[in-house]
Amino acid sequence: MPQPILQVDNLVKHYGDVQAVRGVSFSVDEGEVFGLLGPNGAGKTTTVEILEGLRNPDGGSVRVCGFDPQVSARELKHEIGASLQSTSLPDKLRVMEALRLFAGFYKRRRDPEELLRRFGLEEKRNTYYSKLSGGQKQRLALAMALLNDPRVLFLDEPTAGLDPQVRREIYDIIEELRREKKTILMTTHYIEEAERLCDRVAIVDHGKVIALGSPRELKQRAGGKTRIEVKLARPITNGTLQGLEGVADAREVDGTYILHTQRPPQTIVSLVKHLEAEGNELVSLEIATPSLEDVFIEMTGRRLRD
Amino acid sequence: MRNFASLTRMRIQLALRNKMFFFFSVVFPLIMFFVFSGIFAKSHPRGVRFFLGPVIAFNVMGSFWGLSAMLVTFREQGILRRFHITPVTSTDMLASSILANYVLTLPTVFIELFFARAIFHVNTFGDPLSLFVLVTVGTVSFACLGLVVASVTNTMQETQVLNQLIWLPLIFLSGALFPMGYLPKSAQNVSVFLPATYLVSGLQNAVFSSFPVRRILVQLISLAVWAILSFFVATQLFRWEPEVKIPRNAKLWAAATVLPFLFFGIWESHNRQLLDQAQAAFRAVEEPDNTSQPLKSADPSKRNLPSSGKESQPQP
Repeated sequence: MPQPILQVDNLVKHYGDVQAVRGVSFSVDEGEVFGLLGPNGAGKTTTVEILEGLRNPDGGSVRVCGFDPQVSARELKHEIGASLQSTSLPDKLRVMEALRLFAGFYKRRRDPEELLRRFGLEEKRNTYYSKLSGGQKQRLALAMALLNDPRVLFLDEPTAGLDPQVRREIYDIIEELRREKKTILMTTHYIEEAERLCDRVAIVDHGKVIALGSPRELKQRAGGKTRIEVKLARPITNGTLQGLEGVADAREVDGTYILHTQRPPQTIVSLVKHLEAEGNELVSLEIATPSLEDVFIEMTGRRLRD
Repeated sequence: MRNFASLTRMRIQLALRNKMFFFFSVVFPLIMFFVFSGIFAKSHPRGVRFFLGPVIAFNVMGSFWGLSAMLVTFREQGILRRFHITPVTSTDMLASSILANYVLTLPTVFIELFFARAIFHVNTFGDPLSLFVLVTVGTVSFACLGLVVASVTNTMQETQVLNQLIWLPLIFLSGALFPMGYLPKSAQNVSVFLPATYLVSGLQNAVFSSFPVRRILVQLISLAVWAILSFFVATQLFRWEPEVKIPRNAKLWAAATVLPFLFFGIWESHNRQLLDQAQAAFRAVEEPDNTSQPLKSADPSKRNLPSSGKESQPQP
């Protein structure tokens, strides 16, 4: 059995009194795209930064490409590539200059020209970094992360803050890397991203892994139940909804009632009847197919996006 | 070494593309040059040569300002963070700032010397080797000061406030803006604790009094010791990440960089060599023209002059 390329055991990190990471464990095999899915502030970024050797953990152990990042940060940095959140380049650095400069830092390196072509930045070769659009900056960040042909690629929120069209562009790039069997550890708070791109996902909340598996496994764990979200004119007690036909569980999240049901049509009919009898009114109703969001709601009683 | 070289190149490239840099490193020092030479020295070659030291000192000292601002901007914008995930070390980063700054400062010094000769007919720059060595050591040491400033401030605003606080005494009390001879005694007593005083004194001795390197050793050694200590402190306090705040013991580290000039200051307070040399140079430039005669010595005992300690202010 091959050794995992990345191993995290009971990782702990706190900032002052705040416990950012509280005993996270997972491992990533070579050629796998592994996602850390969770809301902002769940400890995903901190975990990734410890794996990259940018921060020191307060407890637990970590191995990346056979290195302990705390001990061999420099050697490790030759082996990994990363596109981090809130990084930037000097305004007046040109695209090609950036690629050449950073390629020069590594022992093993890929041809910057080839990456320039691959990421569709040829026309921007001599453009200052400050003149690039958000999507171009992100493509450049990905190209730069691949300069040393890394054994593990870290993508921290690769599409955060990008508009939907650019986001899809980035998805295509990541899917291509996935087909090439690149090992990727990515963090995201977008369910769609995790479901579409990741072979396996760890759902993280409050510094802990609360579920881990392939997107399909995780959804099955939620029972393959359809989610119905309703807003009502007047509040209603939770217990009543629980009693409706087909409902497996019902809860209130931020003023919206969320029902999980095996038989959506029957549930809706019985809900409408019940509301009529009580003189209550339906403000809105949404039906969603099972997703990782349901896993998250089930585990935490909260929504993923906030 | 490779990383150091390529980072240095990048820093030079970036500076040359920056209009602010051009103003502060080229235009502003040249304005100072013409103000001093044309107005204060009334275009008189000997006077221009007298003021060349302070003018070059301005240039050299300005290093800390741009460097601290640059490094803090890099950190605030997450640029350092991007370098942090590469094998680049903090020493690469800091040392390349210093070298790039040196390479960028030198041309302005040469332009000043060129104008001094071409426009104001200054026919000699005293001891050129002394001048060159001092400009080198001075630029590096003030660059190190900039690195320390960057490491003890979190935001650009803090950096600029601290820069102002450092800059004002450096130019007012060091003889850079007003010759030491103009300064009241109390200011002179303070000045011996400032690195700028040693730089101005050394440069003036080199250019105006034609001192060879062996006679400006105090200035060279004090600045070099200060530079090494500051650089070490800067590497210890270096922060890649914008959100990482200054560690608690950082202020202590930073305070340690004051030690060299505390020591040299106390020593100089007794010795008064720098001050006497400054007085002598000041009087020499006031004397009627005997330009061909370079100053032999500033030692008051040999020059039949009252010791500057008891001396009244020379009349400008």
